[in-house]
Amino acid sequence: VSESVTTETSQERPGAWRYLLPFVLFVALVGVFSLTLWKIREHRLNIEEIKSPLIGRAAPAFDLPSLANPAERVANAAFHGRPYLVNVWGTWCGECRAEHGTLLELAKSGQVPILGLDWKDDSALAQSYLVGLGNPYTAVANDADGRVAIDWGVYGAPETFLVSADGIVLAKHIGAMTIDVWRHDFAPRIGGARP
Amino acid sequence: VTAAIRRTVLALLLVLLAGSALAIDTETPLPDPAQQARYTALIHELRCLQCQNQTIADSAAGLAADLRHEVRGMVASGKSDDEIRRFLTDRYGDFVLYQPPVRGRTVLLWAAPVLLLLAGLATVGVVIVRRSRRPIDLESEPEGGGTAQ
Repeated sequence: VSESVTTETSQERPGAWRYLLPFVLFVALVGVFSLTLWKIREHRLNIEEIKSPLIGRAAPAFDLPSLANPAERVANAAFHGRPYLVNVWGTWCGECRAEHGTLLELAKSGQVPILGLDWKDDSALAQSYLVGLGNPYTAVANDADGRVAIDWGVYGAPETFLVSADGIVLAKHIGAMTIDVWRHDFAPRIGGARP
Repeated sequence: VTAAIRRTVLALLLVLLAGSALAIDTETPLPDPAQQARYTALIHELRCLQCQNQTIADSAAGLAADLRHEVRGMVASGKSDDEIRRFLTDRYGDFVLYQPPVRGRTVLLWAAPVLLLLAGLATVGVVIVRRSRRPIDLESEPEGGGTAQ
């Protein structure tokens, strides 16, 4: 096809656009690709982040053994009544260490209780991790087989969910939690919901 | 010599294919062969979100193993393929499906092959019509002519 097009055009004294059009399209395509790559590099676009279908829906209920004391239960229903965070973590997760300071800071500020979900972890390691680094969690549920994590659509720790006072998932952050994310993405959503 | 080469190539191919025999899937096969077939088909069409370019059948990631276990359990408990797919899309979104469902956002995606085929056929049609209107001896006709403009 390309051969026939060139012989055809060479015999017709065509307008300049015939030559320019493919070039312009090519430049436009390069532009779109470069812009997207730039956005990824500047962390303005995360192509690995998948919007959670949970947002706007009721938070999946769970009732799991407590990490601190397996005889006790931790249920997220007990947290309803005021907004709370659900933070999915594990001692095997490097980024979780990176966000730990932020979680401690948030907990200290007293703005929201943080419910920890220890995902497929070694309980003894997890407990010493919290003793060593400090414990930002109001309670930690031990999701040993990862069944609850599936219900929450978790695919990579750390993940942090914001749940409203009436138990609706308002936001989800994938990756290390930062004060910036809290201020700009999370806090404004519960501005009206806080007592 | 060619036979030796052929044998070597065959041996190499077999070595390459042997990987698939090393099962990533450690779930015990379902007793019912029909259920096992459905399970195998399902895990080959579900994406592992931890390692986004593999199916949960191919992935050795922990989440893939958990999801295989989950899918196996649902097949065993008599859930339909659609119920199982819905279970996963309710939690992970449509991205978990390798075959995206037809929705407003994906109509173009699904229609694109047909549209591109039609555009190609239209182009071929135009070229044929133009050529057939042109004098047969192109060399003696420097103006080309015959083109509808």
